[in-house]
Amino acid sequence: MNIKTRALKKSLWVYHLSTGSCNNCDIEILDCLSPRFDIERFGMVLVGSPKHADVLLITGIVTKKNLERVKEVYHETPKPCFVVAVGTCACSGNMFRSGYNMAGPLKNVIPVDVFIPGCPPGPAAIISAVVKLLNKLK
Amino acid sequence: MKLNVLLKENLGNMVKKFEEPADKRIYITIDRNNLLKCAEIIFKNLDARYVIASGIHNENNFEMLYHFSFDKDGVIVSLRVYLDKEKPEVESLVSLIPGIEYIERETWEFFGIKFLNNPNLKHFLLPEDWPEGDYPVRKK
Amino acid sequence: MKKIIVPLGPDHPLFEEPEFFILHCDGENVVDVEWQAGYNHRGIEKISETKHWDQVTFLVERICGICSNSHPVAYANAVENLLGIDIPERAKYIRTIISEMERLHSHLLWAGLAGHFLGYNTVFMWVWKYREPLLDMMEMLTGNRNNYSMIKIGGVRRDINDEQIKALRKTLDTLKTQNEMLTKVVLDDPVLQARLVNVGVLTKKDIKDYGAVGPVARASGVDIDVRRDNPYAAYSFIDWKVITRENGDVFDKAVVRLLECFESIKIIQQCLDRIENKKGEILNEVKEIPPGEGIGRHEALRGEVFHYVRSDGTSSPIRHKIRAPSYVNVPTFKKSCIGQTISDVAIILAGVDPCYCCTERVSVYDANTRKKKNVTWTEIVRKSQEKTKKLKKS
Repeated sequence: MNIKTRALKKSLWVYHLSTGSCNNCDIEILDCLSPRFDIERFGMVLVGSPKHADVLLITGIVTKKNLERVKEVYHETPKPCFVVAVGTCACSGNMFRSGYNMAGPLKNVIPVDVFIPGCPPGPAAIISAVVKLLNKLK
Repeated sequence: MKLNVLLKENLGNMVKKFEEPADKRIYITIDRNNLLKCAEIIFKNLDARYVIASGIHNENNFEMLYHFSFDKDGVIVSLRVYLDKEKPEVESLVSLIPGIEYIERETWEFFGIKFLNNPNLKHFLLPEDWPEGDYPVRKK
Repeated sequence: MKKIIVPLGPDHPLFEEPEFFILHCDGENVVDVEWQAGYNHRGIEKISETKHWDQVTFLVERICGICSNSHPVAYANAVENLLGIDIPERAKYIRTIISEMERLHSHLLWAGLAGHFLGYNTVFMWVWKYREPLLDMMEMLTGNRNNYSMIKIGGVRRDINDEQIKALRKTLDTLKTQNEMLTKVVLDDPVLQARLVNVGVLTKKDIKDYGAVGPVARASGVDIDVRRDNPYAAYSFIDWKVITRENGDVFDKAVVRLLECFESIKIIQQCLDRIENKKGEILNEVKEIPPGEGIGRHEALRGEVFHYVRSDGTSSPIRHKIRAPSYVNVPTFKKSCIGQTISDVAIILAGVDPCYCCTERVSVYDANTRKKKNVTWTEIVRKSQEKTKKLKKS
């Protein structure tokens, strides 16, 4: 284990990006912050800039207008970083995959480490996925 | 006075067809040259609320529906105009209803219906580099 | 005069959907606003034309996660309007209960976010804590925390039993006391008053010009509510009132939303009284949809949702037009933001409760010196929060 991954697993900082979702996944991610679930007990903080982030939580189908921005955000994130596709839309495109404005799914745009299916996945599912990711690092 | 009587009286002979398929739903077909006049009567004189406009691609023509709501009566009045298949064009209502700008831009990029005198007819929902002549919501 | 262009958008960690605003500023003051949308455009109207009538309810549910009951209700209203049928009484009550539960949870969600923008993170944490039991109730009633899938053309999918009613009553009672406390805190706080009163004012004329709906219109004294004007579901059987305010500023919008929560609780309690200890049909089976057109409306939490459907007798709609309330509420920024300072923009934008997800990368572009510097939306929120702090001290 090199020093980068060692430092990384202590406290993951998360950046959340919506690329054409219906809000549900985004609200469930925010719900992880609320007192009931309190994701901060795992050392995770939602940050306001990809430049501070270790993990990208990405929701949505990646619309054509968003395509460049997703790549840009991934580019701006310091490596090593992890990409988590939250929700069925980000995993596969859900029922929107036949739409004309679809440029995804996410895995065709940037490399994805973790998929969390569900429409929407509950906060518990999101937390458990991130904890699984942490354990994998060890 | 009942709303349907009031509408017929105010719009006069501009009405080509007057339909009431269900309770509280009125569809009025008019000529597209009379659109601005009719919309002004409904929106200004009769004080209706602008709801939305919807474009429809039919087999032989295009259709625009302008929905207005009379909230006191709970009635939705839709003005229906038919547009030419080859060259769909209609007068813009921006001068009357400022909020209608966005739906006109959207209808333009989805169906290719041109709104005359809309000052800001550019891409709204689709990317700027969307291929010209490709209108996604038209029937194939 | 120096003009600065501040783009707000299109991605932001706290908001939900991406949306893009370009603010033209003169110093601190906003002189013009441009709205660019489409970052979230998924082409649902077109996809709807390829789905079966029954499948469309699931599709429209996913237009917006917070209104995931409003769109199906409006769509079902539209198709039922086309068919000319009525739904069973019990289904009407269940639809009303779920709609009002949704309104409650969304208004609370809004109050939390507004608190965050103003630098009251305590409010954010509180309110989101109060909201959790509601989501539990939703999970109990419908099987999911969001995307409820309760609505079907001709009725509802699931029934509510007496045990669930008991649990729901208990939750509502607790929520009522919590909401009373919250309302008092918001209405009496002098700092909040200083931040919100006379900020982002919309006049009656602005509302008419842009066709704004919902709490935004009602806060400006425009007395419209589809639930009363064109009653559907069980709203006409129940005693409740429409909340309006006169000033049209952000404070009044907050007041309207908070007071509407009490009305919602009242509506749900009455509905529960009517369906408790009773049994009944919940679905009118619909076999096929004849050619025709229909319009359905529903007063969602943010305002009127409007659905227009047209059928040619086949198994899917040939045109499905959807108008969400934010589509007409968002353009009112052109009126409410102009003349305000950048630090107030965050709360004005939030005051409309738009279905939008804002900014991360904001670049300030100075038109005169041609210098570009990057500011984040977080920066704007921070500015807003600092202003509250300053006011608290003075």
